[in-house]
Amino acid sequence: MMELTTDLKREMFWTMLLARRLDERAWLLHRQGKIAFHISGIGHEAAQVGAVFALRRGFDWVVPYYRDLALLLGLGYTPRDFMLALMGKRGERTSGARQMPSHWSFKAMNVVSHSSPVATQALHAAGIGLAIKRRGEERIVFTSTGEGSTSEGEWYEAVNWAAVHRLPVVFNVQNNQYAISEPASRQMAVSGAAERACGMGLKGVSVDGMDAPACHRAFLEVFDHVRSGAGPAVIETCVYRITPHSSDDDDRSYRSREEVEHYKQNDCLPRAEKALGLEPELVEELERKAKAMVDDAVAFALSAPDPDGPEAAYPVYAEDVRDA
Amino acid sequence: MPEMTLIEAVRQALDEELARDERVLVIGEDVGRRGGVFRATQGLLEKYGEERVIDSPLAEASIVGVGVGAALYGMRPVCEIQFADFIHMAFNQVVNEAARMCYRSNGEWTLPMVIRAPYGGGIGGGIYHSQSVEAFYAHVPGLKVVIPSNPKDAKGLLKAAIRDPNPVMFFEPKKGYRLIRGEVPEGDYSVPIGPAHVSREGTDLSVFAYGMMHHYALQAAAQAGAEGISVEVVDLRTLLPVDRQSILASVRKTGKALIVHEDNLTGGYGAEVAAILAEEAFGDLDAPVMRLCAPDVPGIPFSHAMQEWVMPNPQKILGAIRRLARF
Ligand SMILES: Cc1ncc(C[n+]2csc(CCOP(=O)(O)OP(=O)(O)O)c2C)c(N)n1
Ligand SMILES: [Mg+2]
Repeated sequence: MMELTTDLKREMFWTMLLARRLDERAWLLHRQGKIAFHISGIGHEAAQVGAVFALRRGFDWVVPYYRDLALLLGLGYTPRDFMLALMGKRGERTSGARQMPSHWSFKAMNVVSHSSPVATQALHAAGIGLAIKRRGEERIVFTSTGEGSTSEGEWYEAVNWAAVHRLPVVFNVQNNQYAISEPASRQMAVSGAAERACGMGLKGVSVDGMDAPACHRAFLEVFDHVRSGAGPAVIETCVYRITPHSSDDDDRSYRSREEVEHYKQNDCLPRAEKALGLEPELVEELERKAKAMVDDAVAFALSAPDPDGPEAAYPVYAEDVRDA
Repeated sequence: MPEMTLIEAVRQALDEELARDERVLVIGEDVGRRGGVFRATQGLLEKYGEERVIDSPLAEASIVGVGVGAALYGMRPVCEIQFADFIHMAFNQVVNEAARMCYRSNGEWTLPMVIRAPYGGGIGGGIYHSQSVEAFYAHVPGLKVVIPSNPKDAKGLLKAAIRDPNPVMFFEPKKGYRLIRGEVPEGDYSVPIGPAHVSREGTDLSVFAYGMMHHYALQAAAQAGAEGISVEVVDLRTLLPVDRQSILASVRKTGKALIVHEDNLTGGYGAEVAAILAEEAFGDLDAPVMRLCAPDVPGIPFSHAMQEWVMPNPQKILGAIRRLARF
């Protein structure tokens, strides 16, 4: 088993921490009426850093979904970028403030733009995998969705393509047990997405998504497998959505407070602090640094201008593309 | 008459139809425990049970396709698509299956079903939670397409849709869900699918609109009235079948037509209304037909400033009314 270096442990924890503090600030800004919408990744961070630090960042391709804040931070997306997106301000880097927040795109790091309709991007990942294979390259494609989204036909179609053509695609299913209000039992009659994969002819793995080092190990192994040309894989990270689905949701109508509390006790962030063996002084220092960065990002975005309304007119076609 | 919001009227219609007819089912994402993400189905699971108010898997093609199957077997499904933007995943089931069932079986099979979806922008929903999709479906014979603009019509038209023997697309202006209030008659009533409604009488020009834009058109017309321009407002309500007679009757009276929708211009529903006027009311027109629509961009951006630039609103409608009145 590969030992994590001290630097990597620190980097993983830092990314989780920064994601958490940014995410918490987003909820606060929403309560203060300073932003209109937030969709949270709280509870998913360990799984995402496990994935991103096992990737060859900037080489492999990433087709993410809306909860992937920690994953994106691991790829170099910044707190300022995130705050600009939350506030829909000029200079927003994923869509020029056209998309809702957390709809990623980051071409410099091979992160592909995705829409809101869930699972649609799984097919794009298969297509990217097809093109990589055709070029005979060593890259892999990582794509993610929630467990509810695996009910969509397009998700099956993508997994099937990848399996039939043995494409270098890793389908990560972040199983947080709910699709808005619906429990996973309303989406599948099997135990999880890894079991779904078995019948489709590809490798299926399930891992405790709240255990950062375990996730990192599992992703390394799966990425090696896929990179070696052995075909695609489904890897399910079992997490829990600590927050309501989004700032528009009220989760009290469909799950008990006791249940949520239970999972908060198992929070992946303090677990990572222990499992990665970080010194308390270091954690304090990182906390201070995170707070300073979040404060800076909020101030920066608050003072940034809105886009001009007429910017909405373009770019409809490739010929209209211009610099922001 | 009790006053209520548009969404309350939708909920009442569903509630009363579930109570009236055992065959009625409600199918969709989060419609049960959660009562719908907009609360259109709140309380229905508790009242009618999981067998009739069904939390579906997250798969729109299945919501419509399973609805088709249930209707074939004699149920009366009301399928909810959480946002109209996600109905594209079910396009094939609507257009190839539901719409063509009666024709392709020479009438052997018909489909009494409703597909409900909140549509429209102005709510900060960005490109994928703001779309208007009516033009796609108004192009498809075999479907009926209905868009209410107020609580009374929402309840009456939804009841008519549930009782209709055909597939009915029922698009609800989500921005108006809580914003638009109005009186709703007590007891059982329905509003027929088909006829448009003259919601304000006038003599200088006619404004044709539906859904949220009809609500805005009334506001603009009131303002224009204060400026001495007499505006007639026609709420189209049913887009398919189109009510030619009401459209023509209004323009024969006023001689001028402004069509407003928040869907983008090219190939939008307004083109059909304009074509009807060009074909059948050419001699009655005192000015070119005018359309006020969203520009031809692929979506309504998240940024508030950009959203406002794209969306028609009462002020922009008033501007168009003034220009047309001056012509
Ligand atoms: C095609 C489509 N249908 C419905 C929605 C509305 N919606 C957004 S997220 C969501 C639930 C997704 O659940 P899951 O896949 O488990 O991901 P999670 O949000 O739990 O991470 C739904 C129904 C959507 N975005 N796209
Ligand atoms: Mg989920």
